Amino acid sequence: MNQFTRRGALAAGALAGIAPLARPALGQGRYPARPVQVIVPWGAGGGTDATARIVAALLEKEMGQPFNVVNRTGGSGVVGHAAIAQAAPDGYTIGMLTVEICMMHWQGLTELKRTAYTPLALMNEDPPGVQVNASSPHRDIKSLADAIKASRPGQFKASGTGQGGIWHLALAGWLGAMGLRADHVRWVPSNGAAPAMQDLAAGGLDIVTCSVPEARAIIEAGRARSLAIMAPQRNPQFASVPTLNETLGISYSTGAWRGMAGPLNMPREIAQALTAAMQKVWNSQEFKDFMNARGFGMVWGDAAGLSAHMERTDATLGAAMREAGLARG
Amino acid sequence: MTEMLEAFRLVAAPDVLIAIMASAVYGLVVGSLPGLSATMATALLVPVTFYLSPIAAVATIITASAMAIFSGDIPGALMRIPGTPASAAYTDESYAMTRKGQAELALGAGLWFSAIGGIVGTLSLVLMAPLLAEMALSFSTFEYFWLAFLGLMCATLVARSSPIKAIASMLLGLLFACVGMENPGGVPRFTFGIADLLGGIEVIPALVGVFAVSEVMRAMTTPEPPPLPRRRFGSILAGQWGLTKKYQWPMWRGNIIGIIIGVLPGAGADMAAWVSYAMSKRFSKEPEKFGTGHPEGLVEAGASNNASLASGWVPALLFGIPGDTITAIAIGVLYMKGLNPGPTLFTERASSMYALYIIFVLANIIMIPLGIIMIRVASLVLRAPRAAVMPVIVLLCAVGAFATGNNLFSVLLVGMFGIVGFVMERNGYPVAAMVLGIVMGTMVEQSFVTSLIKSDGDVLPFFERPVSSVLAAMAIAALLWPAGVWVARRLRPAEAAR
Repeated sequence: MNQFTRRGALAAGALAGIAPLARPALGQGRYPARPVQVIVPWGAGGGTDATARIVAALLEKEMGQPFNVVNRTGGSGVVGHAAIAQAAPDGYTIGMLTVEICMMHWQGLTELKRTAYTPLALMNEDPPGVQVNASSPHRDIKSLADAIKASRPGQFKASGTGQGGIWHLALAGWLGAMGLRADHVRWVPSNGAAPAMQDLAAGGLDIVTCSVPEARAIIEAGRARSLAIMAPQRNPQFASVPTLNETLGISYSTGAWRGMAGPLNMPREIAQALTAAMQKVWNSQEFKDFMNARGFGMVWGDAAGLSAHMERTDATLGAAMREAGLARG
Repeated sequence: MTEMLEAFRLVAAPDVLIAIMASAVYGLVVGSLPGLSATMATALLVPVTFYLSPIAAVATIITASAMAIFSGDIPGALMRIPGTPASAAYTDESYAMTRKGQAELALGAGLWFSAIGGIVGTLSLVLMAPLLAEMALSFSTFEYFWLAFLGLMCATLVARSSPIKAIASMLLGLLFACVGMENPGGVPRFTFGIADLLGGIEVIPALVGVFAVSEVMRAMTTPEPPPLPRRRFGSILAGQWGLTKKYQWPMWRGNIIGIIIGVLPGAGADMAAWVSYAMSKRFSKEPEKFGTGHPEGLVEAGASNNASLASGWVPALLFGIPGDTITAIAIGVLYMKGLNPGPTLFTERASSMYALYIIFVLANIIMIPLGIIMIRVASLVLRAPRAAVMPVIVLLCAVGAFATGNNLFSVLLVGMFGIVGFVMERNGYPVAAMVLGIVMGTMVEQSFVTSLIKSDGDVLPFFERPVSSVLAAMAIAALLWPAGVWVARRLRPAEAAR
C-alpha cells in the first residue's frame, strides 16, 4: 500500500510536470549532500574571483558543505560561462555570471545568453564613473558635458577597458542619453581600468569611464577626479561623487554586475535553498566588510530580481552596442 | 623610529613568520615545476590570504613570488626547461654551463644574484618610491610602444643562431600574439570559430610547449647523451663572490634595468630578464662566449628579474596600478586587508609599510639557505635515468597547463607548441625568440594602435614627447647599428687596399 501511494504521488507529480525536476532532490535527501562546484569564468586573483571566493566561503558556512571555486578561464569569459550553462542541473555545479553574458551574444561571439541559466541571486553591481585628470579644467560634470557637446567629434579621448567592453558601452550610452552620437568621444581601447587610469594620469586621455573603486587609488593620490557616477543613487563609499541624474538630469544608469546562477532547469527546491542561503550571505557582516574593503557596490536581487536585471541590461547594452556599431546581425 | 620598532614587532609575530616560511617553500616548489609560473603561485595563494592577518597575507605573496622567480632557474639549468617565463631568456646559457659540469656555479649564480637583485630592488622601493612612481606615471602609450619595440629587438641579440632566423622566430611569435579578441579592435582574429581561441594564446602554454615538450620529443629521438660524471655537487656559493667582483658592473646594470622595467606598469620580470640578458651580451667584452656556458649574462639577468619584482610594487602601493601580473593580484589582497594603496599608506600606515620592506629583505635573505636545499634536492634529477624523468615532465606540463584555467584546451596548446618547438629547433630557429614575440606582441600592438587613435593617426607624437623621443632615438640607433657596422666593414678594407 505504502509503495502504491508513493508511485501514485510520483505519477501525480509527473502530471503536474515537476517530477523530473524534483527527483534528484528527493533521491539524495537534504541538499547539499556533497561538495558544490562554483565556476568562475575569470582568472584567479581578479575582482570576480575574489567575490566568488568570499561568497563560496560563506555559503559553505551556511549550507554545511564545501563550495569549491574553480576558475574556468579562456575565450574572454565565453568558456567559463558556457561551462556553467552546460553543467548537469543537479545543483552541484553553479557559477558566477558577469555582465559579459549580456554582451557577448550581441557581438556574435557565442550563442549563449542569459536564458541558458537558472538565475539564483544578484550579488553586486558597480556603476561606471566619469574620471578626469586632476589638472583638467572641468571641475564638475556639467562643465565637462558642455565641453563634450561643444567639441568636434573625436576630439575628446576616453578609455577604461577594451573595445566593446562594459565601460565603453557605458560611455556610448551616456553620450546617447545626451543626444550625441555614440562615437562623439573617441574610445581608446585599453587592457583594463588600471592601465587606462595610469594613462589618464600620464596625460594621454581626457576621460576614463571605469568604476570608481577601480579608480580609487589614483583619485586618492590626487592625480584624478571623479565627476559623476552613472547610477540611480550615490555610492555611500564615495558619497561626494554625484549621480548623472542630480547634475545633468539624465536618468541614464548602467553597471558591471555579478550574479550567481546555475544551469537551466535546476530543481526548484534546490534553487530556492541556494537563493535563501545567498540572501543570508549577502546580509552577513563578513560579506559587507569584504565588499566595503574592496569598494564594491552592494546590490541585492533574488532569482526573479537577477532575471529582471539581466533582461534589462541585455536590452540596454544591446541598444548601446547597436548604436556604437559593435553589434553583429 | 617607533614606527620602525612597531614594524619589526609586526613581522616578528609568529603567524607572519610561519606564513613567510611556508610560502617560501611553496614558492620554491611551484616555481621549479615547469608550467607553473610565479603569477600562478600568487593567484593560488589568494584564497589562503582570506584567513591570514593583513601583514601575513602580503608576506605570503611577496615571499612566494620572489622564491618562484628564482627557482624558475632550476629546471632551466638542469634540464633546459625554464620554470617560469622570466627564466626563458637565459635557459640555454645555464643549461650549457650544466653540460660543462658547472651546474653548481650556474644555479648558485641564479640564487645569489636573485637575492642581490631582490634586495637592491627593495632598497629602490624604500628610498625612491615617490620618484620612481613619478616616472611610471609619465609613461603614456607612446613611450610603451618604443619600449616594447626595443624589447622585440632583443630577439636578435639573445639568439645564437643567425639574426635572420631569430627575426623569423620572433615574427612567428608576433603572429601567435595576433590570435584572439584581446586586441585593440576587440574583434576575434584567427579563432576559426573556436571559443577557446577568443582569449588568445597565453604565454605559459606556449613556453611549456616549446621548451619542455619539445625537449622530451628530442630526448625520444636521440640516443641518451653520455651521463654527466657522477660526482658530489660542489659548494653552491663558493664561486659567487668571485663572480660578484668580476661582473660587478653588469650586476649593477641588471639591477638598475630591472628596477626601471619593474616600475613601468605592464612590463614585468620576464621583459627585465630579456632586456638585461641582451644588454649583457651587447656590452660584454667577450660576447662570443655567450650561449656556450658563460655566467656573465646569468649574473645580469638573474639580478634583473628579481629586482623588477620588488620595484613592481612601487606603482602598486602608491597608485594601485599593477607593475606586473603579480602585483595586479597583490593589489586585490591589499584592498581586502584594509591596506588600501595610495600615498596615505606611506603616511598613516607607515608601520605596515616598513613591515613590508622588512619582509622583502627577509624573503631575499632566507632565499639563500632554502634555495641551496632546493638546488641540492633538484640536482638529483641529473642522476635519474632519462626514461624516468621525461614522463614526469610531460605529466607536469599537462597538469600545469590545465591548472592555469582548468581548461583542457591549454593542454592541447602545449602539445601543439611542443611540435612547433621541435620543428623549429631541428631547423635552427631559436624558440626563445618566438616566446619573446608572444610576450611582447600584445604590448607592441596595443600601444601602437592606441597611440595612433589618441593622436588621430598622426605619427609625430611618437617623437615629440620628451621620454618618447629619447626611447625612439635608442630604438632607431639600435636598428641602424648593425647596418652601420656592415657599411664600416665594407669601407675599411677598401681603404686599406688603396
